Amino acid sequence: MSKSKFSVKTIVAIGIGAALFFVMARYLSIPSPIPNTTFGIQYSVAAFMTVLYGPVAGMLIAFIGHMLNDMAAGWGVWWSWVIASGVFGVLMGLGVRGMKLDEGEFGVKDAIRFNVVQIVAHCICWGLVAPVLDILIYNEPVEKIFLQGLVGGLGNILATAIVGTILCFAYAKAKPKKGSLTKEDSTEE
Amino acid sequence: MVNLFNYIDRQSPVHKLTGAAKFALLILWMLAAMTTFCTPYLCALTVLAVLLFRLSKIRFRDVAVMIWLTLVFLALNNILIYLFSPEHGVEIYGSRTLLFAGIGRYTVTAQQLLYHLNVVLKYTATIPIVLLFVATTNPSEFAASLNRLGVSYKISYSVALALRYIPDTVREFHDISQSQQARGIEMSRKENMVKRLTNAAAIILPLILSGMDRIDVVTNAMELRGFGKNKTRTWYMGRKFSTGDILCILLGILLVAVSLSYTLWNGGRYWNPFG
Repeated sequence: MSKSKFSVKTIVAIGIGAALFFVMARYLSIPSPIPNTTFGIQYSVAAFMTVLYGPVAGMLIAFIGHMLNDMAAGWGVWWSWVIASGVFGVLMGLGVRGMKLDEGEFGVKDAIRFNVVQIVAHCICWGLVAPVLDILIYNEPVEKIFLQGLVGGLGNILATAIVGTILCFAYAKAKPKKGSLTKEDSTEE
Repeated sequence: MVNLFNYIDRQSPVHKLTGAAKFALLILWMLAAMTTFCTPYLCALTVLAVLLFRLSKIRFRDVAVMIWLTLVFLALNNILIYLFSPEHGVEIYGSRTLLFAGIGRYTVTAQQLLYHLNVVLKYTATIPIVLLFVATTNPSEFAASLNRLGVSYKISYSVALALRYIPDTVREFHDISQSQQARGIEMSRKENMVKRLTNAAAIILPLILSGMDRIDVVTNAMELRGFGKNKTRTWYMGRKFSTGDILCILLGILLVAVSLSYTLWNGGRYWNPFG
């Protein structure tokens, strides 16, 4: 696999990742008690794919997936939240740099790091980026926006913590570890 | 195939426009509507959006489900705004015209009503355009149009791949979901939140793993065909701009220009009849 930022693999991963994001957002959203806000299981997929393919892929997976979902859903494209989704991918990607999930390594330490990063990234996106953009565009009451951001953010954190962590562990288990095969001694019978 | 994006193939002037021109208009239109709180202008945008809708030969019942969903969304949003801040408009417009005393803090003021009208108009000015874009643009052409508007062809290709694999992923999702439910994994309201999320992982995991396999297969296929070797590429669904397309983009630029110049001239984003 080439190391360039836009290898063919990254491009494909963005496309398939966005498709997965879309399907999760559309069919697996669990509604929260606050109107127009759901627990986003799709962010667990975005976080997991970001660990594998890096911040640029993470940003585009979340951004494209969210944009297509908004277009298909019919409530108009909610750009403030679409952008916030993209920011989540970037932050997540920067925070988990250097993890070797693609080589099958994901220990308890990595799991803790993954979760700390995702909590911080979600807090920044739904507690800061999305509300500020919402206020700029729609000038809705500050308390209302922050409540929606808080509930959405908490739901996303919970979903990413549970589903995202399970995904990482399961994927690492399914992937053969680097150097797990040793050459047999040829002199032996 | 499931028609997720609700593309409706008809003969109309709007369908004839290229996806690139329509997408440019969509972005510029939303920018114009998002940056202003000028009520008459938002009204004009709404009327224009409805006129374009008539021109496209998309009938109301084609998009009725989406419109109802949007109305519910809009109503809930307005109720929530009022519950949180019943005198939000008073703050914005800097004056207070009481219409009903109401109960406690829940008064009804002319300013609040105007603010709600603005929120409603922001929806009605943009949503018909989004629906129109989705209904009149072939999803395959969408990716080609992104490239035409200056998005790198590699990213456009990612969008094309996403659109290509969404139906497959949906089908696979339903298969996995049903077989897991047959094994007794509960996904409905009957389970509590955390259990539901854990159970969701049981559906997502096979879906993701098969997605990972698919990434490998598609990557190999594309690498074998030398994808990404050249700086540009052509698109099967790409089309040349016609006069209509150029007019469409000019209209978009005009709308944004009007919105911005109003804000500059007025010294603020709000049209304030109370001042």
